[in-house]
Amino acid sequence: MSITINIEHAKKAYGKNVVIEDLSAQIKPGEFFTLLGPSGCGKTTLLRMIAGFNTIEGGLIKFDEKVINDLPPHKRNIGMVFQNYAVFPHMSTRENIAFGLKERKVREPELSNRVNEVLEKVQIRELAERMPSNMSGGQQQRIALARAMVINPDVLLFDEPLSNLDAKLRVEMRSVIRHIQQQAGITTIYVTHDQEEALAISDRIAVMHKGEIQQIDEPVKIYRKPRNLFVATFMGQTNILEVDIDLQDVTVTGTKVTRHFDRINNVNHVTKGKLVVRPNDFTFENQGIEGVVIERIFFGTITTYTVKTNIGDLVVTRDVNEHMKEIGEQVHLSFPVEVVNVFEAEGKNMSIMEDAG
Amino acid sequence: MRRKHTRDFTAWNLLALVSFSSFAFFFLFPLFRLIVGAIWTGSGFNLEPFKRFFATKYYMQAVINSFKVSTVTTLIAICTGTTFAMIMRYFKIKGKKIVDILLLVSTITPPFLGGYSWILLFGRVGWVTTWLKNTFGFIFPGIYGFWGIVFTFVCHSTMTMYMYISGALKNVDATLNEAAANLGCYGIRRIVKIIIPLILPTVLSTALLTFMHCFADYGTSSLIGEGYNVMGTLIYTAFLGEVSRDATLASAMASITLIFTSCLFMVQRWLASRRIVEMNALHPIEQKKPKGIIAVVTHAYIYLMTTLAVCPIFVVAYNSFQKASGFLFLPGYSLDSYRTAITRLGDSIQRTYAYGLVAIVLIVVIAVIISYANVRHRSALTKTADTLTMFPLVVPGTVLGIAMVLAFNGAPFYLNGTAALVISVWVIRRLPYTIRSTTGVLHNISISVEEAAQSLGANPFRTFIRVTFPMLFSGVLPGALLSFIASITELSSSLMVYNFKTVTMSIKIYTEICKGNFGVASAMSTILLLSAVVVLGILFKVSKGNYEFTL
Repeated sequence: MSITINIEHAKKAYGKNVVIEDLSAQIKPGEFFTLLGPSGCGKTTLLRMIAGFNTIEGGLIKFDEKVINDLPPHKRNIGMVFQNYAVFPHMSTRENIAFGLKERKVREPELSNRVNEVLEKVQIRELAERMPSNMSGGQQQRIALARAMVINPDVLLFDEPLSNLDAKLRVEMRSVIRHIQQQAGITTIYVTHDQEEALAISDRIAVMHKGEIQQIDEPVKIYRKPRNLFVATFMGQTNILEVDIDLQDVTVTGTKVTRHFDRINNVNHVTKGKLVVRPNDFTFENQGIEGVVIERIFFGTITTYTVKTNIGDLVVTRDVNEHMKEIGEQVHLSFPVEVVNVFEAEGKNMSIMEDAG
Repeated sequence: MRRKHTRDFTAWNLLALVSFSSFAFFFLFPLFRLIVGAIWTGSGFNLEPFKRFFATKYYMQAVINSFKVSTVTTLIAICTGTTFAMIMRYFKIKGKKIVDILLLVSTITPPFLGGYSWILLFGRVGWVTTWLKNTFGFIFPGIYGFWGIVFTFVCHSTMTMYMYISGALKNVDATLNEAAANLGCYGIRRIVKIIIPLILPTVLSTALLTFMHCFADYGTSSLIGEGYNVMGTLIYTAFLGEVSRDATLASAMASITLIFTSCLFMVQRWLASRRIVEMNALHPIEQKKPKGIIAVVTHAYIYLMTTLAVCPIFVVAYNSFQKASGFLFLPGYSLDSYRTAITRLGDSIQRTYAYGLVAIVLIVVIAVIISYANVRHRSALTKTADTLTMFPLVVPGTVLGIAMVLAFNGAPFYLNGTAALVISVWVIRRLPYTIRSTTGVLHNISISVEEAAQSLGANPFRTFIRVTFPMLFSGVLPGALLSFIASITELSSSLMVYNFKTVTMSIKIYTEICKGNFGVASAMSTILLLSAVVVLGILFKVSKGNYEFTL
């Protein structure tokens, strides 16, 4: 039942200002697909092209085999949830949710049944007759979600739906959205700039930068096997170390630390590169990169250290259960070969095998 | 991120074009005719009326008088109004609610009624004058002339000033004040350096309005001015007077006034565009309870100004129940005035309300179309429409009235003395206010609400009907109700365009005052004001006290 969204060479320009040059992607039926990127990367622009609020200057966007480029928004059968909720302030919760059904000429008793069902589903039964004006952001976003779900849309679109909520509600709503989407099995596109949110909620993530998709993959792959330096640095905090490369042997420049990478296929004989180590991939060992702890921040479950070394300050996070280092303490930092990535100077990850290469 | 040149865009721009064209037909065209008619005789330029105007000391004196009255009034009103607004905003004043309601009622009183009741109090045979003479033997010459006009205008304008400035002050975030104090700026310095600059655009626009009102007002000046001639009275007498009728001279004077006020308008626009202050307070300033001498002074000031503002209403209402004969009020009470008033008003009551209703519907429709097109589907056309529809703010009622009569009097329109003319005058005069408030409300409606409706399957038309308009309506209604009141109490241009078939209540009142039938005039005024108060009651009910004045 669920539909496939095909984006083929889509182009978006405002006058001479080209925002998206040539973008292609396929979103699978029932998939929870996230567009992730910093602000201004074109993710919301792309979403609004799919919703019909932005014109498409080139290429095709298809729902299954149907081209929707010139279909007005109200004929696309899309459920959309907005950052600022966009709940109709002059209608009660029930009227808000019934809006789309009435536009589709759904009659009683089906109308009430469907509204009640979705009210249950998003757990706002008790708010049904109230007006939105005095509701919290979380409650309003639940109305917006119910309103988008109730029309049985072909596609669900979320435009940064959680960024106006506080941290705790964000986590709560995240699982509500994920849960309901999985139950309904509706093809979903979700826009966010929050990488943690993207990792938690998605089936697949497309990381966008400057109007281009940098990588489309499952969350774990995006995190562990970033295709390039941009994706690596965007997905959480990183330490970037300069390295000298000799075929498959990688030496951290300025130290004696060398690692052998089986998975590097250095046909081009690259000699300079960058090693990306996430703070929690560093371990304290007896040998490795020498340094002194100059700062320690205690977060509860983890502790973050700043270690001063001759190649710069490095950030290390360790579990709370591990023995804590003291400020001023001499340490050696090491890292396992399996979890770190080596990038060419231009940014391409050389430590992953190219797919179907 | 708006779709350009879509079907909606075309549709809304077309609607705006239609609305704007009708506005242009009833407003720009007559003004154009007025100016052309003043300098062009059909065969060549004729600057004779202008020469006559500028060469005659009598006329020039009137210009100077107008300038004097308007400047002095505006300067005083800026001070009194701003002070009033600041006290009301920063201090807890006892009875603030009642003061607010009384003031709102006072602003709906037509200024000429104010002038009239000050005469009843301080005129040659006024109550206070007589009382002073009888008790102290002090002979007060009466409130006539320059200071009389200024006094009446100040009483009225202070409250208008207060309403708008108070709206602006409401948007000054308390944290700005705190930040200033934190940086070592407090007290008077803080008011001068932070508060005043923030509210300056509003103060300037309101000051301009006040200036315009005074400059070209006819009713007040003719009642209170006596020998003190101003432009408004000159134009009126030249146009409709019994002795010195001279239509060319009248249109020449109207043109001069128009050119002058247009210049002022442009200066104000330019000033306003130079300093755009966008404010939206999350933390409105907290009100303090005044202490000691400050408490006494602030309360005294507020109560005094309020009394001055509402005094006319009570004087008029009281008078209406007195026995009267001509301009003399006799001891004892009766309802005779009301009986006569109602007979004489006749069907002008229904007519006034009917015209008012038609006008207000037209105002809302045109305002919504022009502001929606301009906010959501902006184009060169909508921008022009938005700017030019502000222009009536500075066109004096008398001038507009004359222009309308000259333009539509003869072939091919023959609109003179028709309801259409009266209604269109009302629409034009109130349109700017409604467009401003509609635009303000629209800016606060997030576009994603409309997008949500569309993505849920509502086409653009249904979206507008079911979502945009209902959301707009609650914001536009208070302004519309005020416009209704302002329309039914309008005098200066109605006086130019009416004839016996289209007489409205305010014209009737004015005629009775001129005839010296003060009792009947009072009764009529009371009826008019009472109906305005009823509308105000509705306003309070629908807006729950949350009406705002923006300019």
